[in-house]
Amino acid sequence: MSLILKQILSWIIFVPVIGMFLLLFLEREKVRAIRVVSLLIMVLDFALSVWMYLNFDGSSPDFQFIQRLNWIPGWNIHYQVGIDGISLLLVMLTTLLGPVVILSSWAAVKDRVKEYYIFLLLLQTGMLGAFLSLDMILFYVFWELMLVPMYFLIGIWGGPRRIYAAIKFFLFTMVGSVLMLIAILWLYFYTASFDYVMISNFLSSNQLKEVFQLYLFGAFAIAFAIKVPMFPLHTWLPDAHVEAPTAGSVILAAVLLKMGTYGFLRFAIPFFPNAVAQLGPLFYTLAVIGIIYGALVSMVQEDIKKLVAYSSVSHLGFVILGLFALTVTSMQGALIQMINHGLSTGALFLLVGILYERAHKRQISDFGGIAKVMPVYSAFFLIVALSSIGLPGLNGFVGEFLILVGTYISGNPYSKLAAALAGTGVILAAVYLLWMYQRVFFGPLRKEENKSLKDLNAREIIYLTIILVFIVWIGVHPNTFLQKSEASINQVVSQVAGKRKLADAGRKDRLAGLKNRLPAGGDFSEQGDR
Amino acid sequence: MQEELKQAIAQNWLILILVFPFLGFLVNGLGALFFPRKYPRSVSNLMACLAIAGSFLVTAFGLWSITQQPAQAYFFQKVFTWISVGDFQVNFGLMFDHLSAVMCLTVTLVGLLIHIYATGYMAHDPGYARFFTYMNLFMFMMLTLVLADNIVLMFVGWEGVGLCSYLLIGFWYEDWEKAKAGLKAFVVNRIGDLGFLLGIFTLFWALGTVDFAGMRSLIESSPFSLSSQAILGIKVATLAGIFLFVGACGKSAQLPLYVWLPDAMAGPTPVSALIHAATMVTAGVYMIGRLSFVYVHSQTALAIVAIVGAATALYAGVIGLTQKDIKRVLAYSTVSQLGYMFLAMGSAAFAAGIFHLFTHAFFKALLFLGAGSVIVAFHHKEQDITRMGGLNKSLPWTYRTVFIAYLAIIGIPPFAGFWSKDEILYRTFASSNQVLGKYGLNFVLWFIGVTAALVTAIYMTRWMILTFWGESRADQDAQHHLQESPNSMIIPLGLLAIGSVLVGFLGVPALFGGYNWFEQFLEPSFAKALPVEPGVSLFGNEKLLQVILLVMSILAAIIGFLISFSVYIEKPGLAARLAERYQALYQLSYNKFYVDEIYDRTIVTPLIKGSYYFLYRFVDMGIIDGLINFSAKINQWIGKALRRIQNGVVQTYLFVFALGIVVILFYVLGHYFNIRVSLLR
Repeated sequence: MSLILKQILSWIIFVPVIGMFLLLFLEREKVRAIRVVSLLIMVLDFALSVWMYLNFDGSSPDFQFIQRLNWIPGWNIHYQVGIDGISLLLVMLTTLLGPVVILSSWAAVKDRVKEYYIFLLLLQTGMLGAFLSLDMILFYVFWELMLVPMYFLIGIWGGPRRIYAAIKFFLFTMVGSVLMLIAILWLYFYTASFDYVMISNFLSSNQLKEVFQLYLFGAFAIAFAIKVPMFPLHTWLPDAHVEAPTAGSVILAAVLLKMGTYGFLRFAIPFFPNAVAQLGPLFYTLAVIGIIYGALVSMVQEDIKKLVAYSSVSHLGFVILGLFALTVTSMQGALIQMINHGLSTGALFLLVGILYERAHKRQISDFGGIAKVMPVYSAFFLIVALSSIGLPGLNGFVGEFLILVGTYISGNPYSKLAAALAGTGVILAAVYLLWMYQRVFFGPLRKEENKSLKDLNAREIIYLTIILVFIVWIGVHPNTFLQKSEASINQVVSQVAGKRKLADAGRKDRLAGLKNRLPAGGDFSEQGDR
Repeated sequence: MQEELKQAIAQNWLILILVFPFLGFLVNGLGALFFPRKYPRSVSNLMACLAIAGSFLVTAFGLWSITQQPAQAYFFQKVFTWISVGDFQVNFGLMFDHLSAVMCLTVTLVGLLIHIYATGYMAHDPGYARFFTYMNLFMFMMLTLVLADNIVLMFVGWEGVGLCSYLLIGFWYEDWEKAKAGLKAFVVNRIGDLGFLLGIFTLFWALGTVDFAGMRSLIESSPFSLSSQAILGIKVATLAGIFLFVGACGKSAQLPLYVWLPDAMAGPTPVSALIHAATMVTAGVYMIGRLSFVYVHSQTALAIVAIVGAATALYAGVIGLTQKDIKRVLAYSTVSQLGYMFLAMGSAAFAAGIFHLFTHAFFKALLFLGAGSVIVAFHHKEQDITRMGGLNKSLPWTYRTVFIAYLAIIGIPPFAGFWSKDEILYRTFASSNQVLGKYGLNFVLWFIGVTAALVTAIYMTRWMILTFWGESRADQDAQHHLQESPNSMIIPLGLLAIGSVLVGFLGVPALFGGYNWFEQFLEPSFAKALPVEPGVSLFGNEKLLQVILLVMSILAAIIGFLISFSVYIEKPGLAARLAERYQALYQLSYNKFYVDEIYDRTIVTPLIKGSYYFLYRFVDMGIIDGLINFSAKINQWIGKALRRIQNGVVQTYLFVFALGIVVILFYVLGHYFNIRVSLLR
């Protein structure tokens, strides 16, 4: 057992590949067997990750379960994997959604079932590998590997404009990937290593010149910003989401987009602190624009799926804001918000998929009053929508609140304004989701064909409930999860802030002063923060 | 921190106040969702009422126990750590002090009566289980709001009650208008909530803590923490005070965010009584009371609260004069009465504001439930008071109880509303707020308050006359079927009526030989308020001033009554003639000053149209995607152009190959030649 635990990360990454091979031996007509095997593999993968989670030491900021093998010795490239508090929750999210997407495609996908599940499993490996790689080249390989199955999922099982969407998705990501590869190679020639930890240590003891920082940060940042996606690089997203099959949309929203924010948190921000300090205002601005713009555009969509897609632009704006505010509070908020977005938006796509499966349409105007015929479905939809809106007691609130409070108290002079403007996104979220909810679920049930819509079946209730449990859990007791990442986030913050004066040091001194009851003469104006 | 730890007494039963309604919510919710047809009505009714009764009993016990403790003591219970990140710590913690005790009592007592009433009111509605699910969830959220020991948890309750309000306004969701009213309420409340959030952030930024006890002890031990910190040159206390008040304007329907409340009357009447009159809408007042220790550090913020409160009191009253819907009149009346409460809070008369909240909960809930009884008598078919009248005969008990509430709201002594309203007006007049005092505004605000009292008497008398007195104007068929409501509805009415008579006596001021028990009781919960301006007196006699102010407010009620009486009883038809003569004014009031239309034209429509045509069609699809597709096109063109070269004709390839060699030769030779030339130089 302990031997497996030592190699647990490799098992987690490659169990889906084993599943893939199992599927190859199954006849393509045995659809049910193919589904069951895929489901079991995903459940096994999740079980392995839970086991790993339970053995993970949250008090340490270091990488754990490290495994290192030579891969291309001539280039000093290794197969090296490890996990810390930052990747832990994202890995858990990925493995949790594995079984969920299998269950969600149970009845929806009817042709080329075998290939479909093979691609899903391969995608799972790609994503997990990207989160767990500690070698830049290995990371890059997994990063590219994810593209392939997703490209086919959209291109084969997608909607009418699937080819356009798939190519657009592929090209956008490739542009970023190439820039990132150049930056990785540059770093190799500078540090003589592809090892994440070594590069990280090297860069924090040997400050790069500002110009290089800006170029390299720029190269990484464009790759990640496309993936997030940040305004104005987001237009591939609505197309990809609308055309992708339900499972594709769910994974795209829940995990693939997180690659972008994860990349910022893992590479771009800790590697290049001076560039972050300089470009911080730009990212604040783009994040806030993204929040408001995404919400407003989402508000006027007529297709429910497209509405949810644009809402991602808004929600991930919050994550970017939290990351660049560089306080422990805001970054923890950003991390938990990545998970929240994965759960809530993932669930929204599942729900839209369920409706589409029954009605074969998705325009808001095609519906109205369906709460009458689908009460359980409407209850689930409402809870998920509320979680996405950020209602306290559910998960979304915890993330958004921490991001906003962390931004507001950070030393950045724009931070208070940014937090206030970003806060309007909270209002708009209520507008676009509940307005849509009202038009779809409320009012008289006029359309004849909607009167026979079936409510949720047991399979659907099961996989939605799995997500719902976490939506409530994070909302009510987020500390279970926040604890695991605190040490790692602290380290990132000190790594970045240490270089350019602790972001909220001014505030801490000021508060300490208050507690020591300094005489009233001291001027504790905003100046003290900078 | 140390001093108040001594007064804080840990208790483990506080959570029970929340547990009961939560269980009710769970049981009824699962029943409603998964057994929509089989879940028995009696179980649903019983669960819901028992849950609230449980909370009420625990609250009563708590109230009794707290009177056994020294005045500064309060109970608390830390249930678990909710969020802890860096130096940001929030507990799920409860605090039961004098203020939350009074508020809890109001919520659970009025809530219990309304739940009982609702079993009768909803007796023929198929959605009973869903209704009580939402009602119990509301009680849970409201009590969380009240009992929270920190401002973030208070915000949880704050948004939670907003959600329940949304669900209950749109309870009959098949009606398009009702669903829309729910959405409007939620969105307008959210606008306020952003203010509340920014208030929380400002306080946390300035004080480094979010619990009430911690903030209070920090401020009281070092007042400069609020007074000397500033953001953009604005004092923290002022900024936080204003931000939080924006939140209060949303939840408690004050100018300019009141627009959702009248529409909220789309919900079932027990909801209007419980949420949109007695409890939720008063949350803003409660919040200011809870944070009195912040507000006393900013006279500017207090002045703004007072001014907005007074303006709302009068403004909503004027609209109430011409409304025809039996519940809408009451809705505007609620907005107006909430204005009074804010006037009190802004005058730093915190206890007076809470006192009015307390009395108002009884008489306004009673008025709404009475209106509900009328609506049931008309089988939900008629809500227009101009087509009612004479109901005192057919609905005797409804009439009698509502009449008591009527006397209470217009401020006839000794009914409850008189005591609390009079206290507010006196405290406004005598306020020592320097920001107000500088412009003599406290006198102006008092005058607005008295005028609003006059207006209240006019519209409430009109409401009574049109609904209950005179001859019936309903059609024959409806008249024929009128009958008094069942006991489950009449008994709560009676109990509330008793409350509307009695609760005012809790706050009889010293002037009448009372000792204002209510104010004494609440005192430890509030920061030391600004003292009443010591010099305020008439001919050097403070008592004389108080008596004169009191006479003025009684006179306002009587004159208001007489005006309405003469217009609607003495000279029937005068009302119509007046409306005819002052057409413009009448239309302005009847159409609610066209505020909804103005918001629609200036904010809602431009936002939607702008988002669609400008942001989505022009920016997103036109510019951004256009550029990207354009660059893809360019690549395609280049590709096409280059493809010409690969045409498979060997001669061309050879020609290009030769051409290339020639070019290279020229280049190399030229280079060589150049070097030679430069060397020769």
